[in-house]
Order: sequence, then structure tokens, then C-alpha cells
Amino acid sequence: MSEQTAARSAQRRRGSAIWWVVLLVGVAYFTVPLVATLQFSLRTKVPFAAYTNVLQDPVFWSRLGYSAMCAVCTIVLSVALVVPTAYWVRLKVPRLRPVVEFITLLPFVIPPVVLVFGLIRVYSGNPIPLVATDLGSTALLVAAYVVLSLPYMYRAVDTGLRSIDSQSLTEAAQSLGAGWPTIILRVILPNVRGAVLSGAFLTFAIVMGEFTIANFLFRPAFGPYLSLLGNSKTYEPAAVSLISFGLTWVAMAMIAIVGRQSRGRVSAVGVR
Amino acid sequence: MTAVTATATTQDAPDARPGSRRSWAWLGILPFLVFSGLFLLLPISFLVIGSFVDRSGSLTLQNYADLSRPDIVLAFRTTIEVSLVSALAGTFVGFLMAYAVILAGLPKWLRAPLVTFAGVASNFAGVPLALAFIFTLGQLGLVTLFLRDTFGIYLYQQGFSLYTQVGLELVYVYFQLPLMILIIAPAIDGLKRDWREAAENLGASPRQYWRYVALPILMPSLMGAAILLFGNAFGAQATAYQLTGGTIPILAVKIGAQISGDVLRNVGLGYAMAMGMVLVMGVAIGCYIVLQRKAERWSR
Repeated sequence: MSEQTAARSAQRRRGSAIWWVVLLVGVAYFTVPLVATLQFSLRTKVPFAAYTNVLQDPVFWSRLGYSAMCAVCTIVLSVALVVPTAYWVRLKVPRLRPVVEFITLLPFVIPPVVLVFGLIRVYSGNPIPLVATDLGSTALLVAAYVVLSLPYMYRAVDTGLRSIDSQSLTEAAQSLGAGWPTIILRVILPNVRGAVLSGAFLTFAIVMGEFTIANFLFRPAFGPYLSLLGNSKTYEPAAVSLISFGLTWVAMAMIAIVGRQSRGRVSAVGVR
Repeated sequence: MTAVTATATTQDAPDARPGSRRSWAWLGILPFLVFSGLFLLLPISFLVIGSFVDRSGSLTLQNYADLSRPDIVLAFRTTIEVSLVSALAGTFVGFLMAYAVILAGLPKWLRAPLVTFAGVASNFAGVPLALAFIFTLGQLGLVTLFLRDTFGIYLYQQGFSLYTQVGLELVYVYFQLPLMILIIAPAIDGLKRDWREAAENLGASPRQYWRYVALPILMPSLMGAAILLFGNAFGAQATAYQLTGGTIPILAVKIGAQISGDVLRNVGLGYAMAMGMVLVMGVAIGCYIVLQRKAERWSR
């Protein structure tokens, strides 16, 4: 080892102490608010009262259930819309790809508050007064969530399609007598399952915590519930915030698991 | 076969059955077009048209001229400031953290948990995030009380408040930083060890390596990330709403107030504000896409 290299490795060791500090400061910034929320939720006189109060509150469960229901509807609708479209664009109408990509990119550019502003203005009056009824407002909420999910759902599915030979799969299925619904449901969808599932869990995480659109549509969703709770109670909001964080955590963990599995599956099949 | 030449660049398989059916193939994406038309394009068109119409229904540019009202200029300025400060802080610290676990020689196993946590934290925004910071740095927050009881420093007597622009920026960094880690990690992966070794063998100091090799390569990624973070903060509404109500003039909160009632006393002005927001976001995302393409050159 030359003197120069020895000096360099000593310098690197000193350097790595600085990097530890950088990392620990960052990790502290991430964890302290979570610890503080946990500690705040436990400040009640009766231990765990914040949690028992929340978990015994039927309103909590109904809001949570409402948002979960919206999330499921959003995922189903989004998959039903995106998978056939992405498949069809790849297979039959690649010249329309720029149009579809532009549309799926728009929700990045349109902030949710602007989207809901437009939706309310369009659907509050004739000819389609969706905002006037509960069911109509919920339908509008789900539609807005589907719009929010388009960018990453489309990208995930399109990437998934790239790794399979959809052309050959389609021709094989057709020569066996399959129709379009069969091809999409039983050939294409199972092959992009990993991409669809990670898109679905991300949608779940986003819908469960969404506030802006649900609030302006006056929907009994989880986000507005937590917001109201935060203004009216002391310890319960801390408990519900942590539950909300836990839901996001579960969704992300599922994405990680699905991602590992689907990578393994794709390489096992070996289709390029 | 003009269609085939047009699609040759998109590296896709040519149409399986060209000819008479080709002209009807676009019908396959009709459901998608109808849906996005009804719930994305129509609402936006409504706002676009509305922004050019005055109360009597005739065409006007007055709504855009009204954007120069002091309160609206202030809202644009504050929102841009908050987005810029939180984006730069997120870019800088996020890059350092990602670099620390990827290339700086810290143990390799640190990376996976950090990236997983970044995935969760970047989605932990809005109402629960605002509340979490109130429990941390509010008047009765854990850190506030800790500093008061241990060091005798009461932040709220030192001029600090969570419910100010600085406080809001501090909160925004919480979802900016992890997003930065997620998007910059692949770019740092792309910094090849060979380049560093080549530079060192040619006698370059670490500073020279960064100045002439690493930073120029990373620059498009860093700038693209900073711009994406800017847009990420610019469109946010829930966090600011929950934290400050409306005391800090954030555009999204102001538009929200306009949805609930005609606070601007002029609907057209609300539409013009929304268009202003979309314009800023459009420029940001456009720049991001261009820079992203530039950055991809190095990963090939």
C-alpha cells in the first residue's frame, strides 16, 4: 500500500464519521415527530385512553370504512381503466401513446385543490348534478381518486407490459380461441400482477389519507375526520395520526413484498 | 404504410392486423378517453374558460389582470417561497442522506430500511403530518417541553412558532426529504466507481473529483429532483390548511376558501388563480421531464 493510498483511506475513515452524523440527524428528524405523537397519545390520565376512546367510537370505524370502501372502488376502477388501455396502446395504437401519456401525466400538473374546484363547478349544476346527492358526491370522489391514481398506475402497468411479450401472448391466446375479455383478464392481467398490486397499494395509501378532495365534497372520509378531531380533541388525534401512519406503513410494506415477488417471477419466466 | 413509419420510433411491435381495421383500433381506448374527458379535461376546461369570462358572461382578460392584487401577489410569493425553501432543503439533505448510505462507505444494510422508510414518509403528508408536528413543536409539543424543562429554553419566547412560514417550511421538509432520497438514489447508483478511480489515478483531489466529474454528471438529476420537490410542495393543501388554517397565504388554501365561498368576491379571479397554479406546476413538471431525459443519458 503506497503512502498516498494510506493517507486516502485514513481520510475516508474520518469522512465516514461525518456521514454517520448526517444520517443520524436525518433519521432523528424522521423519527422525533413520530415519537412525539406516540408520547402525546399516551399522556392521558387513564393509560391508553386515547386509543380505547377512538377504537370504541363508531364514527371512527364508519369513517375508516368509508375511506376503505372508496379505496377499493378506486383501485378496481383504475385497474379496469388502465390495464386494457395500456395494453391496447402497446399492441394496436402506439401512435396514440403520446396522447395517453400526456393525459396520465396531467394529474401531476393539476393540484388536487384545482381538480376538485373544477369538478364541483362542472357537476354542481345541470345537466349532471352529481354533487346534489350523497351517492353522486361519492361517485365524484371515487372518480377524482381514479384521476389521481392515473399517473403511477399507468406507469406501473406500462412498465409491467414492457417486460412481457404481449404480442406473442395475444396471438397464442387468439389461436386458442380466446376473445378480448379473456385475453385481458386471464392472460395480460396475471402477467402484470406485480405492477397492478404495487399501484393498488399506493392508491390505497393515498386514498386513506386524502383530505382536500373529500373535504370539499363534504364526504365522511377518514382525512376530514382526523382534521376535525385535531381541532376538537387533545389526545385522540395523536392516536388516530399514528393509526393513519400505520396504514401507510402496511401499504408500503405490501408494495415491497409484491415488488420482490414479481421481480423473482419475471426472471423465473425469463420472458423479455 | 405511413402508420408503421410513424410508430417505428416507439419501439413497439407493428399492428398485428393493419388495413381496414386500423382506423377503428383507437376505439379500444375510448373508455379511458371518455373517463379522463369527463373527470379531468372537462373540469379543467371549465376553469380555463371561466378564467376568461367576466360576471356578465363576456370575454375578458380582467381576471388575469386582477392577479396583481396585493393579497394574491403575496399568496403567489409566499407559496413559491415555501416551496422553494422546502425543496432546496429537501434536495440538499436528502442527497447527503442518500449518498451516505450508498457511496460514502457506511454499512450496505442501512440502505434498504432507509429507502423503505422514505417510501412511507413521503406518503405521510397532510393532516396527520401537521398534527405530528404540533405534538412535536407546538406550544405543548415534546421537543418544546423538553427544551424548556432541560435547558430552560422556551421556543415560543424566543420568537419561534410552528404556525409561521418557517414552521410550515420545516413541516414540508418532512415529505420533501424522503421523496428526494427515493428519486436521487438511482442517480447516485449511476455514479460508477471507475470514474472516481480514474480521477484519482489522474491525480484529482476529492474536491476536484466532485467539481469536475461527479457534480456535472449529477447536476441534471439534482436539478430535476429539486424542481419535482418544488411542484410537490406547490400543490399541497392539506398540511398548510391543518397547520395554519389560513393565516399564512398559501395559494392552495386560498383556492380552497374560494371553493367554500366567494371569498375573493369574484369567481373569475378564483379561476385565474387556479390557472396560475396550473401554469407554475406545468412549467415545473415540464422542466423535470426535460432534465430527467438528460440525466438518463448517464445511466445507459
